[in-house]
Amino acid sequence: MSDQTGLTLTLDGASVSFTKGESIFQVAERHGKEIPTLCYDDRLDAFGACRLCIVEVEGARAPVASCTTKAEPGMRVTTRSGALEMHRRVLLELVVSENREVDVDELSGYASQELTTLVDRYDARTGRFEGRISGTSRPDDPNPFILRDYANCISCYRCVRVCAEQEGDYAISIMNRGFDTQITTEFEGHLKESACTFCGQCVQTCPTGALGDIKALRHKAIEKPVEKTRSICPYCGVGCAVDIMTKGDQIVGIQPAMDGPANEGALCVKGQFAFDFVHHPDRLKTPFVRNDHGQLVPTTWEVALDKAAAGLLAAVNEHGRHSLYAVASGRAPNEAGYVMQKFVRAGLGTSYIDNCSRA
Amino acid sequence: MSNPLRDMEKPDVIFCIGTNMTECHPVAATRLKKAIRNGAKMIVADPRRIALTEIADVTLQIRVGSDSALLLAMAHVIHREGLVDEGFMRDRTTEAEAFLAHLAEFTPEWATEITGVDPDLIEEAALLYGRAERGAIYYTLGITEHICGVDNVQGLCNLALMTGNIGREGTGINPMRGQNNIQGAGDVGAIPNNYPGFQSVIDPANQAKFAKAWGREVDLEKGITKVRALEQAGDQIRAMLIDGENTVVTDPDRDHCERALKSLDFLVVCDLFMTETAELADVVFPASGFGETDGTQTNTERRVQRLRRAVPPAGEAKPDWWIVSQLAQRMGFQGFGYTSAKDVFNELCSVSGTYAGLNWDRVEFGEYQWPVPEEGHPGTPRLHEKEFINGRGIFKLIRYRDPAETIDDDFPVWLTTGRRLASYHSRTQTGRSEGIDYLLSEESLEVNPGDLEAWKIEDGGWVKMSSRRGSVRVRVEATNRSPRGTVFSSFSFNDVPVNVLTGSGYDPITDTAELKVCPVRIERD
Repeated sequence: MSDQTGLTLTLDGASVSFTKGESIFQVAERHGKEIPTLCYDDRLDAFGACRLCIVEVEGARAPVASCTTKAEPGMRVTTRSGALEMHRRVLLELVVSENREVDVDELSGYASQELTTLVDRYDARTGRFEGRISGTSRPDDPNPFILRDYANCISCYRCVRVCAEQEGDYAISIMNRGFDTQITTEFEGHLKESACTFCGQCVQTCPTGALGDIKALRHKAIEKPVEKTRSICPYCGVGCAVDIMTKGDQIVGIQPAMDGPANEGALCVKGQFAFDFVHHPDRLKTPFVRNDHGQLVPTTWEVALDKAAAGLLAAVNEHGRHSLYAVASGRAPNEAGYVMQKFVRAGLGTSYIDNCSRA
Repeated sequence: MSNPLRDMEKPDVIFCIGTNMTECHPVAATRLKKAIRNGAKMIVADPRRIALTEIADVTLQIRVGSDSALLLAMAHVIHREGLVDEGFMRDRTTEAEAFLAHLAEFTPEWATEITGVDPDLIEEAALLYGRAERGAIYYTLGITEHICGVDNVQGLCNLALMTGNIGREGTGINPMRGQNNIQGAGDVGAIPNNYPGFQSVIDPANQAKFAKAWGREVDLEKGITKVRALEQAGDQIRAMLIDGENTVVTDPDRDHCERALKSLDFLVVCDLFMTETAELADVVFPASGFGETDGTQTNTERRVQRLRRAVPPAGEAKPDWWIVSQLAQRMGFQGFGYTSAKDVFNELCSVSGTYAGLNWDRVEFGEYQWPVPEEGHPGTPRLHEKEFINGRGIFKLIRYRDPAETIDDDFPVWLTTGRRLASYHSRTQTGRSEGIDYLLSEESLEVNPGDLEAWKIEDGGWVKMSSRRGSVRVRVEATNRSPRGTVFSSFSFNDVPVNVLTGSGYDPITDTAELKVCPVRIERD
């Protein structure tokens, strides 16, 4: 990091530079410190609710939340100590005691493993506290996309905040306080009756799987590892980067790419949930040719390619090279469009080509 | 877009016209919402009370097809109030004097007669945009799908040029492209006027360049647009090769389109599904699609990004480039021996000035926005920063023109068409994705509640909607999104094929269909 501002603080004994406005957490993360968090999402305003990111600042009465405390020149910060680690473990034990389960399927959402990972890291699966479960799940909501299993909610408000700050929909709200805190929507109805647009951002930021991707979770039972392949959403022209989740040869879900240059973690209902057309039984699986009875029937590539080449050539031979017209797709990749235009230009010497941009 | 998507969080004044962005480009809209939360003001011009109007500071509910009148009147006010950026006009534009003189007659009161918008609101919008430090314009097909689409775009350019709102962060003229790779389709030369990289086919130097690259001289004249090709189908045009387009459903005047395709001697279609268009073909090829194909695509901000194969294609489906290459080889064409998408993309980069600095490896992380004129170039997130491609920005002396058809006693209602959030185009994909029907299971006709009684129709009831070209049956949804006298429907559902009705006219320069305006008659059914 450049040191143009000249601002430095001491982080676990080492002098490090920072820029004005950075939080202690941001400085520490930049320097490779692994400070645990649950309510933190770097796209959102720091919130300071989970208290896991506490650090010791020399001279401060008690540990401070590093996400909401700004770095100051000369600060002496300790990110890891016996006391801090003990404190974090107790906090995690308490969090766990309020939830019905800790281990949720990774198909639940992008951040869904955060709680379980931390609980294991801090060996906090002790059952030392017996609490009642906070949060009431909503199995009554028939929406086919977003699981609302609030018995696994830890009131980090990431869903509320991502909906407001990132999506700008303000569909999610909070009812009651403390142990009775309930994530809800206006009038406590179903998501469809709220301002929710089913973009799925709440699902992807939820650190416990309380909000889960119902469509992905349908494939929970497939006993194969989840693999992710980076690609781009097939719908509008924004070009949101996605990670296609697969188990074997099956696409099981979509997650937004948090570092996608166009979307930075956002998707809409289509990009998030309208992917299973890929495996739909209606997909064409072989070429088809029209038979002598006028019906389109399945055939081999050889037959279809020969027939298509002959049909197109016949028109050209009989009516000239300007009798063949090509329409490229605004949905297919650049390579498709390039080869299509080369087909008419290099093949026939015409520019008799267009794409679907005029209608 | 002249500016990158991330710039959408930077304007202090946003002007959205003819763009239902929260439904059609929802992720881009989130950036505008952030700008507004940070204090930006927004003007929204649209015939309908779309969701953007709920967060707008000024809403201009214009009559369909009256955009250019609004834009002229806004320019008039900006000039009258001395809000023009004289330095920018002097240093970077041409025809400025003639343009300012041209504006004299286009008062807000004049525009009110055409747009139906109160002159005070037009003044307010003009002052807001005219005084902006960083004013940004966003538009979509609501601007272009008119017989005056080019005029509309030029009207927007005029506003940006006269106020210097171009070439800087948070400004610009930003069309939101509607399909994942519609930008790329133009970039790669799948248009009748340009080779790859927007190199004109009527320039002999380009002809020579590509003759050398491809071993064949291409006509020194433009091809025809798809609209004209469909008109000439069965006559001059005898065969077509259509890739990934459900022409029958998405193009205007469905009957005409179906007749055209049926009149061909031979039709070849590549698609993922047996679409209404594929059903008319002599040969149908199964193409691989999203998640199955390696390749690249280019988004609305000119960013070239990699598509990756995650699963094997359905059945024997193949990539489009492979299918067309195989066809080409069997027809005796040279130069189609590609073995991968990488081969094709690298060849594209070698012949396209805009992609010249790219290759397959360099687009791995999608960080480049074209033009990338040479290797090592960082790409061009923002166009027109120092100069325009043609040197200077040219003011165009546009005028208002009526739509191709206007309402009359027989067809007294304006129909406008568009998309809805949960469905996409002809639903070949969204209609085959589980759960989407829960959000949107059927088409409806959005009608202002105040019109129900006069038209003797009921909310939730069926109506017959007819234009000069045909009729469809559709269920009524009473909603204030529609203004009095204007109705809306999407073209997504095959049982409500609204493009049976559309197709009244085309922009004379681009041949873009006037899909946004169609006079109709509505009767209880």
